[in-house]
Amino acid sequence: MSVKTPSRLEKVLDSGQLAVTSECGPPRGSDPEAITRKAEMIKEHVDAINITDNQTSVTRLSSLASCIHLKLMGLEPILQMVVRDRNRIALQSDILGAASFDIHNILCLSGDHQTFGDSPQGQNVFDLDSMQLIQTVRLMRDEGKFLGGDPIKRPPAMFVGAAANPFADPFEIRVPRLAKKIAAGVEFIQTQCIYNLDKFELWMKQARDRGLHEKVYILAGVTPFKSAGMAKYMKNRVPGMDVPDEVVKRMAGVPKEKQAQEGINICVETIQRLKELEGVSGFHIMAIEWEEKVPEIVERSGLYPRPKDL
Amino acid sequence: MRLRYPDTIRIIRVPCTGKVDLLHILRAFERGADGVYVVGCMEGDCRFDRGNLRARKRVEQAKAILDKVGVGGERVKMFNLSSGEGPRFAEYAVEMTKKITEMGPNPIKEAMGKAA
Amino acid sequence: MIVANKKPIEEIIEMVKGYRKILIAGCNECVTVCEAGGKKEVGVLASSMRMFFMNEGLKTEIDEITLERQCDHEYLEELRNSIDQYEAVVSLACGVGVQFMAEKYFATHVYPGVNTCFMGVTEERGVWSERCQGCGKCILDRTAGICPISRCAKRLLNGPCGGSTKGKCEISKDLDCAWQLIIDRLKELGRLDEYEEIAPIKDWSTERAGGPRKVVREDVRQ
Repeated sequence: MSVKTPSRLEKVLDSGQLAVTSECGPPRGSDPEAITRKAEMIKEHVDAINITDNQTSVTRLSSLASCIHLKLMGLEPILQMVVRDRNRIALQSDILGAASFDIHNILCLSGDHQTFGDSPQGQNVFDLDSMQLIQTVRLMRDEGKFLGGDPIKRPPAMFVGAAANPFADPFEIRVPRLAKKIAAGVEFIQTQCIYNLDKFELWMKQARDRGLHEKVYILAGVTPFKSAGMAKYMKNRVPGMDVPDEVVKRMAGVPKEKQAQEGINICVETIQRLKELEGVSGFHIMAIEWEEKVPEIVERSGLYPRPKDL
Repeated sequence: MRLRYPDTIRIIRVPCTGKVDLLHILRAFERGADGVYVVGCMEGDCRFDRGNLRARKRVEQAKAILDKVGVGGERVKMFNLSSGEGPRFAEYAVEMTKKITEMGPNPIKEAMGKAA
Repeated sequence: MIVANKKPIEEIIEMVKGYRKILIAGCNECVTVCEAGGKKEVGVLASSMRMFFMNEGLKTEIDEITLERQCDHEYLEELRNSIDQYEAVVSLACGVGVQFMAEKYFATHVYPGVNTCFMGVTEERGVWSERCQGCGKCILDRTAGICPISRCAKRLLNGPCGGSTKGKCEISKDLDCAWQLIIDRLKELGRLDEYEEIAPIKDWSTERAGGPRKVVREDVRQ
């Protein structure tokens, strides 16, 4: 794979080093500091920062505006974009808007259904699906064309990512689905949070058997538990999440005041084990409203310092 | 066995309570009945399998409607007994009559009387 | 068929309580099958409304009729000679019938007596579920006969999403994941390899997005 965009994330991955990304959820208000403060905490320890797009369908400050704040700080944002809220006109328009600020990474997602959020009575759009959004960004970038066929002046230069959930059902199509996203043009993948390492390794083996790990960079997703309660919640209430019983037990087995530390330990151990796994090109650390712990996780996992001067 | 039960009751025989339609119940009230109750076989003992269960559902539907139109859902009720329980039949008749007497006449009659 | 659900009686009464001569018009087609607006439901609504008005001391005449169909001129014409005697009509047909009635009898107040829900099937008595959204460009050939537009909460043409869990949709444990159904059936048919073909971006212009639709068939037109 050779570098196709000015993306710093792409350069790190292309250099063969394990990449580290993390994410910031925008605030439910218009204070930019809510973003910049989180970014300050993690900026030395990651290569790029995802900004979620109204995650769980709860209305928040926009992903694009938040990415611009990061860009103005000299950081590398990954624009998350869901197809739930925008039709093809708005999607392409926001892609150009992001490109005008030289935002060089995009993560193409379907988005949680709006019934989960603060507007369950709202309409949804789903004009394109995430697969087709990948195709759209690639068309705009590589052929310099809109979906309607007209040429784009100064096409967007974006490194195109998508999510993969090795744990959702049916398991048998999880690798074919990855292959499909690759065929659509995806260049990097960030996975769902991994707690069931055996299952993840099986998924990765199946991906390697088809040579998919050589066609796409896979960043393994991790989220540290803050408490045993959170582990139980993720296990039972979050769709598409696979938290094995022994992980919940391990969290519950330590006193309350030590559970947060145990959560970090599990996270670090997960990264250390997966660092050795062929096909893993990096890590995506989603410390939900716990960004201050990202540096510790990165350092203890032996992923610090991050590469400079690429 | 000659059991006494209130003579204000008019009995309508049906082959099975499953034959009783929601409309039969509503029409009775529309035409001035003060109360309607349906007496079916014990649940699980229906010769036609689910007749008495269907009747119960219809009684529930009637109840909901009567509440909404201001007649009062408590004027309709479902009872179950087995064929050998003559005394119970009389008990239900007394119970229902007492209840309806307490509630007073079907308000429709009164309202139409005033309007006319 | 078109599946409708009954409107609460109090809602209907609220719409028409100012009228003293009302016709309740049912339809013998879809709404009869889904037990929302057939002859039986017309009778129940009429009886309920009579009781309500009597109880209010309002002398109100309520007539009942159930037409073969309310979406065809032919059957709606049956009301031509009697319609003027009514101050209002409550149509228990689907939204199509209500509108066609209003269109045809321009000077009559027409009110809807059901909530029209979707095009679907009777799974069992009392349970109806959606199967088609009339997108105008059927793709069932590529999805093993299961429609992701009507049955996937996100209308994904390249599903399933990451929320598919044990065969169920992320929005409800009572809802099958359409893509699980598609994959199961593709497998059964020995066509699972087709799963990896990317479904192209859909032309939604034949759907609601393209504006009100019309089918004109010159071959059968008179």
